Amino acid sequence: MMNIKRKKRLLLVLFIVLGVGLLAALLIYALGQNVNLFYTPTQIVQGEAPINHLFRVGGLVEKGSTHKNVKGLGIQFTLTDTKNTIVVEYKGILPDLFREGQGIVAQGQLNTHGVFIADQVLAKHDENYMPPEVKRMLNDVT
Amino acid sequence: MMLPEIGLAALIIAFLISVLQCVLPIIGAFKLNQRLIETARPLATVQFLLVALSFIILLHAFVINDFSLEYVALHSNTHLPLFYRIGAVWGAHEGSLLLWILILNVWTVAVCLFSRSVDKLMIARVIGVLGFISAGFLLFIIVTSNPFLRTFPNIPMDGADLNPILQDPGLMFHPPMLYMGYVGFSVAFAFAVAALLSGRLDAAWIRWTRPWTNVAWAFLTLGIVLGSAWAYRQLGWGGWWFWDPVENASLMPWLVGTALIHSLAVSEKRDVLKSWTVLLAIFAFSMSLMGTFLVRSGVLTSVHAFAVDPQRGLAILIYLFVVIGGSLTLYAWRASTVRAVNMFEVYSRETFLLANNVLLIVAAATVLIGTLYPLLLDALHLDKISVGPPYFNLVFSVLMTPLLFLLGLAPLSRWKTTDIKIFLQNTWVVFIVCIVLSLLIPFVFPSSLSFGLVLGLFLSFWIILVTLQDLTVKSKVFRRLSSLSLSYYGMVIAHIGMAVTTLGIVLSSHYSVERDVRLLPDQTATLSGYTFQFLGVHAMVGSNYKGVAGDFLVFQNGDDTPFAAMESEKRVYIVQNFESTKADINSTITRDLYVSLGDQYDDGSWSLRLYVKPFIRWIWAGGFMMLFGGLLAMFDHRYRVKK
Repeated sequence: MMNIKRKKRLLLVLFIVLGVGLLAALLIYALGQNVNLFYTPTQIVQGEAPINHLFRVGGLVEKGSTHKNVKGLGIQFTLTDTKNTIVVEYKGILPDLFREGQGIVAQGQLNTHGVFIADQVLAKHDENYMPPEVKRMLNDVT
Repeated sequence: MMLPEIGLAALIIAFLISVLQCVLPIIGAFKLNQRLIETARPLATVQFLLVALSFIILLHAFVINDFSLEYVALHSNTHLPLFYRIGAVWGAHEGSLLLWILILNVWTVAVCLFSRSVDKLMIARVIGVLGFISAGFLLFIIVTSNPFLRTFPNIPMDGADLNPILQDPGLMFHPPMLYMGYVGFSVAFAFAVAALLSGRLDAAWIRWTRPWTNVAWAFLTLGIVLGSAWAYRQLGWGGWWFWDPVENASLMPWLVGTALIHSLAVSEKRDVLKSWTVLLAIFAFSMSLMGTFLVRSGVLTSVHAFAVDPQRGLAILIYLFVVIGGSLTLYAWRASTVRAVNMFEVYSRETFLLANNVLLIVAAATVLIGTLYPLLLDALHLDKISVGPPYFNLVFSVLMTPLLFLLGLAPLSRWKTTDIKIFLQNTWVVFIVCIVLSLLIPFVFPSSLSFGLVLGLFLSFWIILVTLQDLTVKSKVFRRLSSLSLSYYGMVIAHIGMAVTTLGIVLSSHYSVERDVRLLPDQTATLSGYTFQFLGVHAMVGSNYKGVAGDFLVFQNGDDTPFAAMESEKRVYIVQNFESTKADINSTITRDLYVSLGDQYDDGSWSLRLYVKPFIRWIWAGGFMMLFGGLLAMFDHRYRVKK
């Protein structure tokens, strides 16, 4: 009787250890694959950002820099942290809150020509039209 | 007008009363002093009346456009329709906290009313604990978030208007329902802490707690469903869940609450896992408080958190620490006195429910990690990162697969011990049917054949068919339907609801066609057998906005006559000069058509979003089934209030 009980307990412990191990592995894998770093235009210009790798960039949309393609849905604009700028290309419809002169965050990849190909443009922000990352970045620059 | 000052005074007096409500009944219960114990109900009632008075005064200020109040001036406008002026009461920080406290008081009064049969000592402690929670929030609102602040001497002529994103019918229902759920877990929490205080963790407190937990859980489910549907219409360009930290803040208490409902069942029926259940009750409410902290402290940017004030965040954090830390300390001190009386075998319903608990808690923990990890790294100045939907989708599908599979099997199991052969004998036919069905569907309706689609279909069919088979057997082929309990029917409906939601998620994510196009007026675009004709735009004017509306005709499979006309608006809210797109959705039970106006180009063409989303309504329909099941179980005769 005691033996069966012990065996059960051992099985339970093994089961828990295995479960926790698998879960930890899953979490580490999932976090490792899906965490997006944030870079500033200056960091990108200085070559700190990886090429052809998903990350986020934030900055102010330069006034008068938005160009819509003659055909199709392509659009280009320039992002600045007031020191350096990078060109962003995006294909699709920009969010309602996208405006020139205001802060946005774009997610995508940097190509070999130094152009950021965005697959997502986020304009989620507070009442001062400033995403927190961009606000802090501008504070750091000045 | 002195009304706002009266409103603030009412809040201050309510705070003093809540302190009494916390101290007197608990001392009374400790010293067995009848007079002190009797103070619980009247104090709770008076506090409710004061908070309700203050809430009504704030509501009144919005209705009459009293811009001498800063809160009203910042979040309303004379041109804002009355409907939204009412919703604007809880449209920002101060008012939503007031709503939080009002709802806490509603729950407290409900406990007073519907617990006449419960042990007086116990109720005194429960109301005392609720008084403690209320005191903390009232102090917070009075010190840091007074909604009755005046704008003297420069009273603005007009208000700054409500954030346009919030100007949607969703504002009227989503926040109150969500808070009913969040705050409702305070009752289970209060029962658990009261039981710990008394040192008597018997079956009685579990029986009292169960119906309250079910109601809170049902409200939370409704709140999440409404929020998701709102995001789908307004924010998300057709998405229904974004793993936004604020959404996660409501999902975590839901996951823990779902675990709590199931562990309460084990603890009541079998008198086991009691200390675990107490811990879950503490966790569920802690998650609610944490959600409030995440949303209200300003550490997150989203539509829910506009004004950022670090002081408020710190205050909530301290409060969070006191409540969670205090209750866990109490737990550590008292829980060792709880001894499990009964044992159970490996193959038993107890094990199934334990597995449910483990999986749900782990799921909640992974959401918590994904939500807090970026905040933590940022706070330590290590890195600025974001954890995207792929993390959550991956982890969640891995955890939900065993959960859904076991969810199908569990109702077949018996308490104490179950012969494992029963599962094999009863389910192998269904198992094969499900496999065939889930392989057949991607074949008949071609999509990119994916493992996720087949697995999701299989799990949904599995839950539905095994549950229905169990119902058939238990009701002796529907001849004895009335002999089954309401809680059993509640479970059947809620479990099938889970399957319906899963079907909606799987089908809409695999069969949706989403296309951004650029069209000139009278051009067409075809996707998924539907042809959208863009007719052009016309100007339009609303009470507090102006803008344009794009007109569309939709044809099916090359028909000559359209079966629907659709109109998507692009509004500019005048006061804040804020642009907002209103998509138009044409929905039936099997699919949604979604059109949304983008930007105009120099040649007169427009960018447009056109989506066809099959079965997306099922996601929310399943949610409604779950909450209905939860409510049905609450009405089981076992929980009737005895006179």
